[in-house]
Amino acid sequence: MSNNTLLEIKDLHAEVEGKKILKGINLSIPAGSVHAIMGPNGAGKSTLGSVIAGKEEFEVTHGEVLYKGRNILEMDPEERALEGVFMSFQNPVEIPGVSMPNFLRTIINAHREHRGEEPIAPAEFLRLMKEKAAFLGIEKMIRGRSVNEGFSGGEKKKNEMLQMMLLEPQFVVLDELDSGLDIDAIRKVSEAVNQMRSPDNAFLAITHYQRLLDYIVPDVIHILVDGRIVKSGDKNLALELEKDGYEMML
Amino acid sequence: MTEEDKLLEEITAKEYEHGFVTDIEMEVIPKGLTEDTVRFISAKKNEPEWMLEYRLKAYRAWLEMEMPDWAHLKVPPIDFQDISYYAAPKTKPKYDSIDEVDPELLRTFERLGIPLEEQKRLAGVAVDAVFDSVSVMTTFNETLDELGIIFCSISEAVKNHPDLIKQYLGSVVPYRDNYFAALNAAVFSDGSFVYIPPGVRSPVELSTYFRINTEGLGQFERTLIIADEGSYVSYLEGCTAPMRDENQLHAAVVEIAVHKEAEVKYSTVQNWYPGDKDGKGGIYNFVTKRGICLGDHSKLSWTQVETGSAITWKYPSTILKGDHSVGEFYSVALTNNMQQADTGTKMTHLGSNTRSTIISKGISAGKSHNTYRGLVHIGKRATGSRNFSQCDSLLLTDRCGAHTFPYIDVANSSSIVEHEATTSKIADDQIFYLKQRGLDEEKAISLIVNGYAKEVLQQLPMEFAAEARKLLEISLEGSVG
Repeated sequence: MSNNTLLEIKDLHAEVEGKKILKGINLSIPAGSVHAIMGPNGAGKSTLGSVIAGKEEFEVTHGEVLYKGRNILEMDPEERALEGVFMSFQNPVEIPGVSMPNFLRTIINAHREHRGEEPIAPAEFLRLMKEKAAFLGIEKMIRGRSVNEGFSGGEKKKNEMLQMMLLEPQFVVLDELDSGLDIDAIRKVSEAVNQMRSPDNAFLAITHYQRLLDYIVPDVIHILVDGRIVKSGDKNLALELEKDGYEMML
Repeated sequence: MTEEDKLLEEITAKEYEHGFVTDIEMEVIPKGLTEDTVRFISAKKNEPEWMLEYRLKAYRAWLEMEMPDWAHLKVPPIDFQDISYYAAPKTKPKYDSIDEVDPELLRTFERLGIPLEEQKRLAGVAVDAVFDSVSVMTTFNETLDELGIIFCSISEAVKNHPDLIKQYLGSVVPYRDNYFAALNAAVFSDGSFVYIPPGVRSPVELSTYFRINTEGLGQFERTLIIADEGSYVSYLEGCTAPMRDENQLHAAVVEIAVHKEAEVKYSTVQNWYPGDKDGKGGIYNFVTKRGICLGDHSKLSWTQVETGSAITWKYPSTILKGDHSVGEFYSVALTNNMQQADTGTKMTHLGSNTRSTIISKGISAGKSHNTYRGLVHIGKRATGSRNFSQCDSLLLTDRCGAHTFPYIDVANSSSIVEHEATTSKIADDQIFYLKQRGLDEEKAISLIVNGYAKEVLQQLPMEFAAEARKLLEISLEGSVG
């Protein structure tokens, strides 16, 4: 493990309801980089994201996920989140009756409390929320709406980006960020990711299509097939894939 | 230690916030209830003969009655002779100015966050504070006085406004109404009285805080609100009690008379001590609340957030007598551990074109049982009337129970009654989403529950809504399992 490795996955095996899904994943993601995971449906892409985030229905049978050198598989999902692991969900869930500002303030304060800081001042919070929402073009959406309730696919993904920008995580899993989005929305959410990129953080972009990677340009692309990484390469790998399809990798 | 045990341990570690006892010299009468007890209370309050007569009639009626057993509750036998029916601070029980109040008593209300001081009064709340059996302080408010609004303890009202008391006391809840109403009429010690003159909108919220402090005491308060023609008032009620192993009885009566084109908004945040995790101790809360919309176009709106008490038996109800009158009932009832609640409302439509809305949100956690019981009665002459009821239940564990008993009784063909009901559990996906954002399970559940109860919480005056949200959070602590 090199000095600036942020996330390292070692021989990770995971299953759900007895079905083996991940069959020995090895991955090393340094700070300051974007890695992409591509692969056909059912290859285990989203499972990988869920295991990193700590979703309980996936059972890790072998291996480690080291984040800043700590095995996060031993941490509760909320602890991982508070330590800087963020997942942008493929299908963000609705939470009826919980207003966007209330939700955003609650999660910001949970992170501040974890860092031993005072809760955010209301004026500061409003300024910050408005600024980030304006960047994403969703100022109206955050007013008088419940979390993800009645949001379009694009709005839900922008809401994920809003939370990411407010929480400023260090390691971000983008689970099918582009699914269900039109080209303008893809541009917008990609902009959010790109302006977040820094030498201190890293992204793992899980995607089915090459399209997203035109906007979020990865340093490394991994091809995941049947629970294993079968090939890794630079951004040109995505173009090869686009041309030849996943069949070529099997 | 199992996960469950750990959580249970956590609950016990988290104390009921208002569980302290105030060390203040009290005059407490010996336990037991006889005609002499009734006479004693009446004499203590220097009541006129007619008031004593009323009490005695109620007492005699009570002797003939039996405790109701139709609710979905397991009520241990209550020994009415093992209760003390009157306790008052030994020092002057009623204060003219805040400077005279026993500092210990002031400190108590301060700890409860109850605004008795001048600056709080300016914030737009007038307060009546009832400590055990007596009202100790009604904040004086010049604005109210100028407008002719009467806001005082019921004992004072008996002395100073006997005509209003004679006319209205027992007019909405007669002492024969039920067992606990009869008991209350016999031994009620204090409570609040409100009169809003015709055409006056109360510019401030009126509120009463009830506190049971003395051991072995039953609290029987009586509230009477009269809104004269075209008037408006918003009234708030809050209640707390110390933590004790014994069960204490609280049997209140609230009566509200709403005249033509008047509107009353009555909000309760009930936070009596609920008992410990094993169901030891806690308040038995048997309450009769009823209002009548006497005049045309009058409106009565009940909002309640019920989180306390070991047992709750409570049905704030409205009689819609005036044509075009409106009744509303918004309720959040949360039960945890061994708590039992049987609560709901009765909407009795008598006038034509009357409308009622019932929104009930039950939340059950621990091993508790939470029951909604409601009656919508639309009389023969209540033509063109409407009711909409929505009763939702949220279950947080698989050891608790949610029960719904809606009764609908419609006697004409031009009225419409709608009833919707749902029962749900919190989705794992929702909890995971919130955990992924850094919230622990309890915080996640509390946020989801607050969202679930939003329709009701938003009916509360702002200051109260924040308190209620916090209360839901506290009441849910350790509910996960």
